[in-house]
Amino acid sequence: MSTQTDSALAKARARTGRMNGAEAIIRSLEAEGVDICWGIPGGAILPLYDAFMACDHTVQHVLVRHEQGAGHMAQGYARATGKVGVCIATSGPGATNLVTPIADAFLDSTPLVAITGQVPTHLIGTDAFQEADITGIVMPIVKHSFLVQTVEDIPKAMKAAFHIALSGRPGPVLVDVPKDLQLTEFDFAWPDEIDLPGYDTDWISGVDRDAIDAAADLIARARKPVLYVGGGVINAEATDELILLAEALQAPVTTTLLAKGAFPDSHPLSVQMPGMHGSKYANWTMHRSDLLITIGARFDDRVTGKLDAFAPSAKIIHFDIDPAEISKNRHADVSLIGHLNETLPALRDAVLANRNDERIRHQIDWLNDVQGWRRENPFRYRRGGDTLKPEYVMEAFDKALRGKDAIWVTGVGQHQMWAAQYLTIDRPRRWITSGGLGTMGFGVPAAIGAQQACPDAYVVNIDGDGCFQMTMQELATARCYDVPAIHAVINNGWLGMVRQWQELFHGERYSETDLFGTIPDYVMLAESYGCLALRAETEAEADAVIAEAIAARRPTVIDFRVDREEKVYPMVPAGSASHEMLDETWENEWVEEGV
Amino acid sequence: MGATNHHTLSALVENRPGVLSRVAGLFTRRGFNIDSLAVGPTERADRSVITIRVDCTRHSVEQVVKQLYKLVDVIDVYEVAPDAAIERELLLIKVQVDAERRSEVMKLAELFDARVADVGQTTLLLECVEHPDRLASFEELLTPYGILEAIRTGRVAMLRASAPEGESTSRLRVLG
Repeated sequence: MSTQTDSALAKARARTGRMNGAEAIIRSLEAEGVDICWGIPGGAILPLYDAFMACDHTVQHVLVRHEQGAGHMAQGYARATGKVGVCIATSGPGATNLVTPIADAFLDSTPLVAITGQVPTHLIGTDAFQEADITGIVMPIVKHSFLVQTVEDIPKAMKAAFHIALSGRPGPVLVDVPKDLQLTEFDFAWPDEIDLPGYDTDWISGVDRDAIDAAADLIARARKPVLYVGGGVINAEATDELILLAEALQAPVTTTLLAKGAFPDSHPLSVQMPGMHGSKYANWTMHRSDLLITIGARFDDRVTGKLDAFAPSAKIIHFDIDPAEISKNRHADVSLIGHLNETLPALRDAVLANRNDERIRHQIDWLNDVQGWRRENPFRYRRGGDTLKPEYVMEAFDKALRGKDAIWVTGVGQHQMWAAQYLTIDRPRRWITSGGLGTMGFGVPAAIGAQQACPDAYVVNIDGDGCFQMTMQELATARCYDVPAIHAVINNGWLGMVRQWQELFHGERYSETDLFGTIPDYVMLAESYGCLALRAETEAEADAVIAEAIAARRPTVIDFRVDREEKVYPMVPAGSASHEMLDETWENEWVEEGV
Repeated sequence: MGATNHHTLSALVENRPGVLSRVAGLFTRRGFNIDSLAVGPTERADRSVITIRVDCTRHSVEQVVKQLYKLVDVIDVYEVAPDAAIERELLLIKVQVDAERRSEVMKLAELFDARVADVGQTTLLLECVEHPDRLASFEELLTPYGILEAIRTGRVAMLRASAPEGESTSRLRVLG
C-alpha cells in the first residue's frame, strides 16, 4: 500500500469544519486510523472527554483504573499489532502516572502517543492546581514531545506525533494540550504535510551496496558465524527475510528477550535467548563465534555481561535502523543503516552469490559443536514431587496452547525468565515483555491491551505475585470490557528475582523481599472483580486449571502456588563474562573445557 | 576509550521553546560537562545555532553527535575543526586601576583590540571580541592589576569563508 493511498484514506476519514480543539484531537485520531485508546478523564482533559461523548466518531475509549495501566495497555496493543498505541491522561498526576509506560516504550522502541491535558495557557508556570511540566519531565524518555501553543497547531502536532512515533526507530511521543485550547473553536483541516525539517527518515531507505559487499566478505571468511537478533527485526516486520537469510547462511540464530518470536524458537537453527538467563548454548555460541551478524540488537548489558569479555574473537556486522546504536557499546567492523526488510534480502543475495564449499564444511563442524552444547545443556529443572515448580507451569501452558494463536505477556522477574526459557514462540508479536526498563506491573495491563488488539487470540499474562500487585486494579478494566486474558500469577510469595540475588550474592539476607504469598488471597481478590478465579498447588491441579481457564474465555486469574525456593538458572552474575554461567549441578554434566 | 580532548560542536536547531533544554539535557544525561555554550539567532528567524564546547573522547563526541541528530528539533550538527573555522567569544572585564596605571592598561587593551566600554574613578570596563585563547591571554595579563569581574559569552564558531564548498553542511550522518 502506498503512502499516497494511505494519506488519501486519512484525508477521507478526517472531517473538516468548525470545531473546538478537543474535537480536533478526536478527528486527528480518526485521520490516523486509531480505533481504540485508553485513559482516565480529569480537570484539564475534560473538554476532550466531553467531545468523546458529544460528537459522532469511530474511536473506542477504554476507561482504566490508573493511568499507568492506560500506557501499558496502549503498549500491549502496539506490540501485538505494530500500530501506534494511544493513551490519554489529565494534567499533573495523571500525566506523571504515564511516565513509567513512556519510559518503557522508549527503551523497548514501542510506538506510543500519549495525549495529556495541561492547565490553561494563562496559568502555565504559576504552580496552578494539577500543573506539572510534563513535556519537561519526559524529555529524556521520549522521541519527541509537543506543548501545543495554539489551537491551529493541534492537527499539526497530532499528525507529526504519529509520524514520529512509528517511523525510523519507533518510540513514544507526548502531546500536551492546554485546556483552553481544547475549548477554542477554529476551522479544522487535516494537514497534507508534516513540517519537521530536523526529522528525516527518507534517507534510511535503500541499501548501501558497499556495506553489503563488506558484510558478505566477512561472512565468506568466517568459520563460526552467529546471527545475534534483537527486537528491531519485529519492528521492521522482517521475520520472513531473517529466516531466509539464516537458512542461506546455515548459521545459528540467537534471539534476545525482545526478539523472542522474531525467529521461530522451534526452528532447528535457533539457539534461543542469550544473556544473563539465556541458554548456555546461546552464550557459548556467541563466546566462541568469530563473527556476530547483529540485526536490530543493541549489545545491552544483560546480553553481553562483562563487555570486554563478550565474544572476544568475533568481528561484528551490525544492521540497524538507528545510527546511534552503531559502535555504541561494541565497535562494528561493518555497519549498515536501513530497513531490515530491504537490507536482509540484499545480504542474503550476496551470501548466495558467494557460495563456497570450504566455508560450508567449516560451517557443518560449527553447527555440530553448537548442537552438541545444546543437547548436553538444555534448559532443565527438577520436578517438585509435592511442590509445583514454576517451570512446570510454563511447560504445561506451552503444551496446552501449542497450535493455537497464543499471545504471551509477562511481568518482570523470575517468572519472566522462566517464560522466556520454556515457552515456544514461533511468530512475531506473540511475545510481549518489558525488556529495557524492566517494569514490574507491565503484565496485567499489557495483556489487556494485547487482547483488545487481538480479540480472538489466547492471551496469557505470565505474572509474578510482586508484579501483579502493582497493577492488579486493572482487573476491573478487564471485567468491565470483558477482556478474557488469563492472568497466571506465579506466586512464590517473594520478590523472587531480588530474593535470588540476595541468596546468591548477599549472604542469604532476605531484606524486605518476603511478600507473604497468602496476602492477598488472589482467588478472593479475583472473585471480587468478577473474574474466574482458580488456584493450583500441584502439577495435576495446574494441568486442570490451565485447561479450565483456556476453555472459559473470560477474565481469569490463576494463583499458582509454586516452590518458594526455585531459582532461575543458568545465570550470568552481573558484571561477569557471559560464558561463565552459574547453574545447579547436574549428573553427567558435560562441562565445556577451555572456554 | 581514548584520551579526552576539547571539541566544539555547532548545532543548527529550530527556534522553538524547549530546544535548549533538550540539547543541554542530552549532554547532562550522557555525563558530559559543557565547558561553554552559546545560543543565538541566525540569518533565519525560525533557526538558531547552539555552539557547545565539551571535553571528551573522540568516541564520546561521535556518540553525542548521533544522539543530537535524534532530537527532532535539531536540523544539523557538525564538529568545528579548529583550523577550518573562525572561533570568537566576547569578554567583558572590569579591572581595578588607579589613575597612574590606567594608560598602561589601556595600552594593553589596544594590543588586544579591546574597547573601553566604561570608565569609573578606579575601575575600567573593557570589552574584547577575540579567539577564546587570546581572551585567556588577555585575562592573564590583566590579573596583576586586579580583576573585579569577568564574564565571557561562550564561543561561537563558523567555518571559514575559504573553506571548501559544501563543507559547512557536511552532516555527520554516515557513521560507523
